[in-house]
Amino acid sequence: MTISNTTFDLEALSLRGINSALHAAEEGAFTVLNPGGAHALACGLNAPLEVTIKGHTGYYCAGMNKHAAVTIEGNVGTGCGENIMSGTIRVKGDASQSLGATGHGGLIVVEGSASARAGISMKGVDIVVKGDVGHMSAFMAQAGRLVVLGDAGADLGDSIYEAELFVRGKVASLGADCEEKPLGDADKAALGALLEQAGIDADPAAFKRYGSARKLYNFNIDHMDSY
Amino acid sequence: MCGIVGLFLKDTSLEPELGRLTALMLHEMVGRGPDSAGFAVYDAPLETAKITCLSKTGETDWRALEADLERHLNAGVETAIFEDHAILRTAGNGAEARKRIIETVPDVTVLSVGRAIELFKGVGDPDAVANRFGLEKRAGTHAIAHTRMATESAVVTAGSHPFSTGEDTCLVHNGSLSNHNRLRETLEKHGETFQTENDSEVAAGYLAWRMREGDDLEAAIGHALEDLDGFFTFAIGTRDGFAVVRDPIACKPAVIAETDDWVAMSSEFRAIAKLPGVDHAEIWEPQPAKVYAWERAA
Repeated sequence: MTISNTTFDLEALSLRGINSALHAAEEGAFTVLNPGGAHALACGLNAPLEVTIKGHTGYYCAGMNKHAAVTIEGNVGTGCGENIMSGTIRVKGDASQSLGATGHGGLIVVEGSASARAGISMKGVDIVVKGDVGHMSAFMAQAGRLVVLGDAGADLGDSIYEAELFVRGKVASLGADCEEKPLGDADKAALGALLEQAGIDADPAAFKRYGSARKLYNFNIDHMDSY
Repeated sequence: MCGIVGLFLKDTSLEPELGRLTALMLHEMVGRGPDSAGFAVYDAPLETAKITCLSKTGETDWRALEADLERHLNAGVETAIFEDHAILRTAGNGAEARKRIIETVPDVTVLSVGRAIELFKGVGDPDAVANRFGLEKRAGTHAIAHTRMATESAVVTAGSHPFSTGEDTCLVHNGSLSNHNRLRETLEKHGETFQTENDSEVAAGYLAWRMREGDDLEAAIGHALEDLDGFFTFAIGTRDGFAVVRDPIACKPAVIAETDDWVAMSSEFRAIAKLPGVDHAEIWEPQPAKVYAWERAA
């Protein structure tokens, strides 16, 4: 599918110009040079593009992504992949807070660590973090999967709805209404498939699985009389 | 929102470049705080005290102030005027000079006292503030700077950051404190004097008080994490040190980068992106409630 590789240099072109060119493209491979921590780079893509960003980006990199495969060869700032709908985002470095916030679909892979509130209010996105995640990760998570190969900070999965969380390292503490769940064969198979999709070699059996105790967010039918 | 930057040089050959590099960093943070700005530059400590003052009306009679201080301190005072700022140098007691000015000259805000620090601030476009006070041309060992988007108090020059209350100690703040009124009262009982209604000045006063009580910088910040309630990312300068700390919730952004030649911190990476050698820097986001501190070898 990929025909040629177009290179954009953010030192020579405007951010808006580069984003507009990416929005206009229907296919192809693109490389962005000298991102210099710019915000909203490669945001709102809506076609099966391959975009490689060579360096560190600012806030909301590849936000609202649809169909595109975006690779960041560096760190990303706050809200990378915010509200991602589909496609993939791969971060070679670290991610700042609110990674993949409210993401509906697609896959985000972070090869370093992600800081606080990774996967906050996630609604279907899969997020795989090779390192650690910070406090309040998967806060109010509604659907999708957060996989952490390292450790998770305090209050993991606070006020969680129906997302699935997998952590291989230590969990500092679980948030309100988040509890450990059994890791069955079907869970291991599904996790193994996700790790493979993320290009990460790890044994699914080494993870612990967490999810909602379902005591916070819905009616308990046994207590119907008291409502 | 506010933007903060700090640059602490390890390679002394970069010292003539300190102001230029700090101005580059500050420029990138204009969008985070376009209403006012300020910067503190530290250079090799003098034998004598220097006191940076701001005239609130721009009509202060600096010669009269100088004469009064000379009588009061029983020491010579030399005054250099930069627009609405003046730097007073004296072999007399700097802290006593600060007290005297605050008590007797209501038109003047004392911005800093120390042997190494000079501090400038102004309202309006941060780049223009930096230009007005010649930041680009300033040499030194370390600097911190701030672009302000006011939330807790008025947009006036005296409310701009950095804030300094203790000798050669200052801080810049992104965030807001919720217990600053009560804490200000407590600190006033311990002898601190405040010149604004600003919450960040209380944080500066708190650190000055702790360090007067014998804490080193790291211990003072450790106490601040217990006693300050609110949101903060602080960059803090001392005569020979530099520190960064974020509150435990860590809503306010920060990034640190370090090479063999310098340590830089900012609200966002873009302020660091143009520093020399950044491609080889170790870059990380400071952990919540963890103190990061550097000190110059004596």
